[in-house]
Amino acid sequence: MRKALFPTIIIIGALLLIARIFYLQIIDDSFKLKSDNNAIKIKYDYPERGYIYDRNGKLLVANQPSYDIMVIPRDVKKIDTTEFCDLLQITKEDFIKKIEKAKVYSPRLPSVFLAQLNKLEYAAFQEKQRKFDGFYIQKRSLRDYQVNYGANVFGFITQVNEGIINKNKYYKSGDLIGKQGVEQSYEEVLRGVKGVKHIQKDKYNRDIGSYKDGRYDTIAVQGKDIHLSIDGELQKYGEELMINKRGGIVAIEPKTGEILALVSAPSFDPALLVGRKRSKNFTALYNDSIAKPLYDRSLLAEYPPGSPFKILTGLIALQEGVIDTETGFVCHHGFSYARGRFMKCHDSGVSKLHNGYYNSCNTYFASVYMKTINKYLKPSDGVDVWSKHLKSFGLGEFMGYDLPTGRKGKVPTSKTYKKMYPGWGWDSKTIVSNSIGQGEVLMTPIQLANMMAAVANKGYYYTPHIIKSIKGDVIDKKFRTKHVTTIDRKHFEPVINGLYDVYNLGTARGLGVEGIEICGKTGTAENFSKINGKRVKLQDHSIFVAFAPRENPKIAIAVFVENGYWGARWAGPITSLMIEKYIKRKITRKDLEKRMLEGSLIPEYNKYLAKPVVDTLLKTKVDILPKSEMKKEDEEPIVTEQPIVG
Amino acid sequence: MKNQSVTNNIDWITVTIYIIMVILGWLNIYSSSLSSIEGETSIFDVTQIYGKQFLFILVSIPLIFTILAIDAKFYEKFSSIFYVLGLLSLAGLFVFGKTVKGQTNWYGFGSFSIQPAEFAKTTTALLLSKFLSDVQVNLKESQKQIQALGIIILPILLIAPNDPGSALIYTFLVLVLYREGLPSWYLWTGFVAIVLFIFALLLEPYVIILIALAVISFIYFKSRLIDRNWMMSGILLILISGYVFSVDYVFDNVFKQHHRDRFNILLGKEVDLKGVGYNTNQSEIAIGSGGWFGKGYLEGTQTKGGFVPEQHSDYIFTTVGEEWGFVGSIFIILLFVGLIIRIIYLSERQKTKFSRIYGYCVASILFIHFFVNIAMVIGIFPTIGVPLPFFSYGGSSLWGFTILLFIFLKMDANKVNEW
Repeated sequence: MRKALFPTIIIIGALLLIARIFYLQIIDDSFKLKSDNNAIKIKYDYPERGYIYDRNGKLLVANQPSYDIMVIPRDVKKIDTTEFCDLLQITKEDFIKKIEKAKVYSPRLPSVFLAQLNKLEYAAFQEKQRKFDGFYIQKRSLRDYQVNYGANVFGFITQVNEGIINKNKYYKSGDLIGKQGVEQSYEEVLRGVKGVKHIQKDKYNRDIGSYKDGRYDTIAVQGKDIHLSIDGELQKYGEELMINKRGGIVAIEPKTGEILALVSAPSFDPALLVGRKRSKNFTALYNDSIAKPLYDRSLLAEYPPGSPFKILTGLIALQEGVIDTETGFVCHHGFSYARGRFMKCHDSGVSKLHNGYYNSCNTYFASVYMKTINKYLKPSDGVDVWSKHLKSFGLGEFMGYDLPTGRKGKVPTSKTYKKMYPGWGWDSKTIVSNSIGQGEVLMTPIQLANMMAAVANKGYYYTPHIIKSIKGDVIDKKFRTKHVTTIDRKHFEPVINGLYDVYNLGTARGLGVEGIEICGKTGTAENFSKINGKRVKLQDHSIFVAFAPRENPKIAIAVFVENGYWGARWAGPITSLMIEKYIKRKITRKDLEKRMLEGSLIPEYNKYLAKPVVDTLLKTKVDILPKSEMKKEDEEPIVTEQPIVG
Repeated sequence: MKNQSVTNNIDWITVTIYIIMVILGWLNIYSSSLSSIEGETSIFDVTQIYGKQFLFILVSIPLIFTILAIDAKFYEKFSSIFYVLGLLSLAGLFVFGKTVKGQTNWYGFGSFSIQPAEFAKTTTALLLSKFLSDVQVNLKESQKQIQALGIIILPILLIAPNDPGSALIYTFLVLVLYREGLPSWYLWTGFVAIVLFIFALLLEPYVIILIALAVISFIYFKSRLIDRNWMMSGILLILISGYVFSVDYVFDNVFKQHHRDRFNILLGKEVDLKGVGYNTNQSEIAIGSGGWFGKGYLEGTQTKGGFVPEQHSDYIFTTVGEEWGFVGSIFIILLFVGLIIRIIYLSERQKTKFSRIYGYCVASILFIHFFVNIAMVIGIFPTIGVPLPFFSYGGSSLWGFTILLFIFLKMDANKVNEW
């Protein structure tokens, strides 16, 4: 017994040690990481971000050096704080706070004292730097916007947040990443790949050489330059035209699907999101919940398409064979589609396809639509055939363009109506508002523009995209693949004729451009909002879609102006100016241009607010409604009794 | 017999383990100190500590041969003189000692210094064996118990003021006394005292006294009427209360702050990884990052960065853990267990009581160093500066353990001879 005690203690002791070592080395794996944090410093070599050019090779976005003032708290000796603070325009409290913060991080490691100084601030500081022991300047690279437009197209650069760091191993705290716009969609192309150097540290945090002779080190890969399909001039012009208005413009080159302009209003100068004021500016833009400047209306706003949708109503009817170009309907300023339910129309007389388009006759399209649906025994079959045609134009889906945000819009199917009208029968009359784009269909401006591109091409389109070329790479195959619609080519001709005469005989008379044959369609869409819990009808949206020239189209465009009264009042002129700008590169109708540039809808927007908002960052010019000499033309807003869903 | 070599009959298993340990120790010292210098230098460079360790190893060779050449009886005969010399050398520290890092444990001879406590272990073991091997000594007698304990306590009293950690080592010799007949209540008392000590640090004294009261009452009422002894129970409770309060008092008033910190870190009462908890935290990181097979010899990042303080001496095991991983650590532990078990085995086959007891002393001293050192490094024991035998850097420690071990090997080699 007495002999056994000691060997027992030895065995137990050894097992205890082994168990603990097993725990440390095998079970708890946190030590590996702690050890790496401890002993290996990773130094990154950040490549310069790729430049962004427009379709004509104009430089839009470059890089600028930025200067961070770094501090090593331990080395800060007696300095003239007053001079220092004056130089950098900070308060003494700020100074103390920043030093304390840096000390908490580490007294002997550099921390950012003041980030993103511009060249002038840098120069001023550098001159006196020797007076300030413990401070030095770290050069970094920031975006340098060559233009003051395109904020929604470019997106911006920001420091990665924790969510991204956890999801994507590439990013480390403090790294920059593209957010929104092409900076986000082409992040990996633009940013390149940072180089990594592993450095062995000692306990004093001094570098004592390369870790394992650089076995794990990599060399930085430069970011690639990209060319956008955007036409810088056109983009700039579109944004100027939309000043003091809200809405979106999307212009597409029909034969390629390249986006020529992507305007969201209100817009802001992309340079606001660079430099020392970035954070303050971003917060201001982000918190503007009324004008929503960070919300890209050209991609995200789902509106009822209104009259431009009649293009599809007609095309589908032709394809389904329920009408031909000579089929006529009599219109008596409206259309009674059910007891007590009347759809007003400004038109009268006999409408056929051609004048149906240029007069935008509601009666005609309602009748055509009902014929289409009624072709099938069950309205649900009719609706499903109709939705299938719509979907072939890229409606009701994200389309797959190369911008990071978007909305599907909405294409109703028989399921939608079975859910909406459970228990009781619905038929073509119930859903007739669809014929004129006021039913359940919702479209984003880019979908409208893409629809026009398909019409311009007479039956096909390419997925809209904003990339033209990436240095050394061909663009994605999906942007080079033709999407053919379900409408036969021959049916487009009569519709295009109708759209052409919208300018000559119809709702957009007087908006034509000399020398350019434009085909377009006005639109006016009702909209409602809940204000203080009550459903209020707001001022109608102004819509216009067009393509030009009629032969060999170069541009297809959709313009949406929120609360812009009616199609020809705002969206129509803007469309026409955009087309003129793109095709002729100069504007002849200076008076129209002036009216559009200076026109403001701000009073209209403020109507619905208890307190008018003063936007300090947004591009605003004159805050007055133009003395509109333009008469309310032929078109009246469509009034349907049926509530709009969506 | 006259022309037999000094190595005749020596236990080659023990010697082999010894050689492996010394060489491995040296290689690890090389790895652990390489970081702080520029570039690679020769492992034999005597300006560096690994070069010095190489010299220490070289010096041990003649030392070993000298020990083996001396007649085994010599160590028994002069054990009292050795013991007195040992005590004197410890006492002399108070007058002539050299202070290194706050502890006066050294005699300095120029650039060279020597730590007498490393040698006093051997002299104490010798005298203790001599005393216990006397046929007239019976540890059932309390007078003999006191004498035996006195042999152990005297060096403790001399070492404790300068180096409380090393003093702790001697207490483990009580196990040898137990092997030789010390009543078992000594061990129980010691065990209870340690447990109470830890509880006293973790809990308020009143709570412990209440628990003790509950336990004693429980035992009291559970026992047969005839066995109940309220006087004894009362005295026990008072003793426990007094002990708990005095632990509290000693901890707060006698212990120095760094002693308190070490306990607090271990008990998880305080975590300050930059300050007092730095050593343990860094050594846990180094070992923990080793994984199954380690980072490879000379590849330990913690080791290269010099994050673990005293890595070449007390914390040498962190190098093993980081660079050789779990497999390497277990190998070292098994090496120690093998050595100690082998010594116990050899002790049990000794013909004389003296050499058997001395063997036990050697095994206990090696074990307590091995256990306390590694337990400290892996964070389950307070930070006590004791070296890992044969591994840690240092001439005194290497020679001290070498002498301790080889005196026993000499006795063992001699067992077949008549005295």
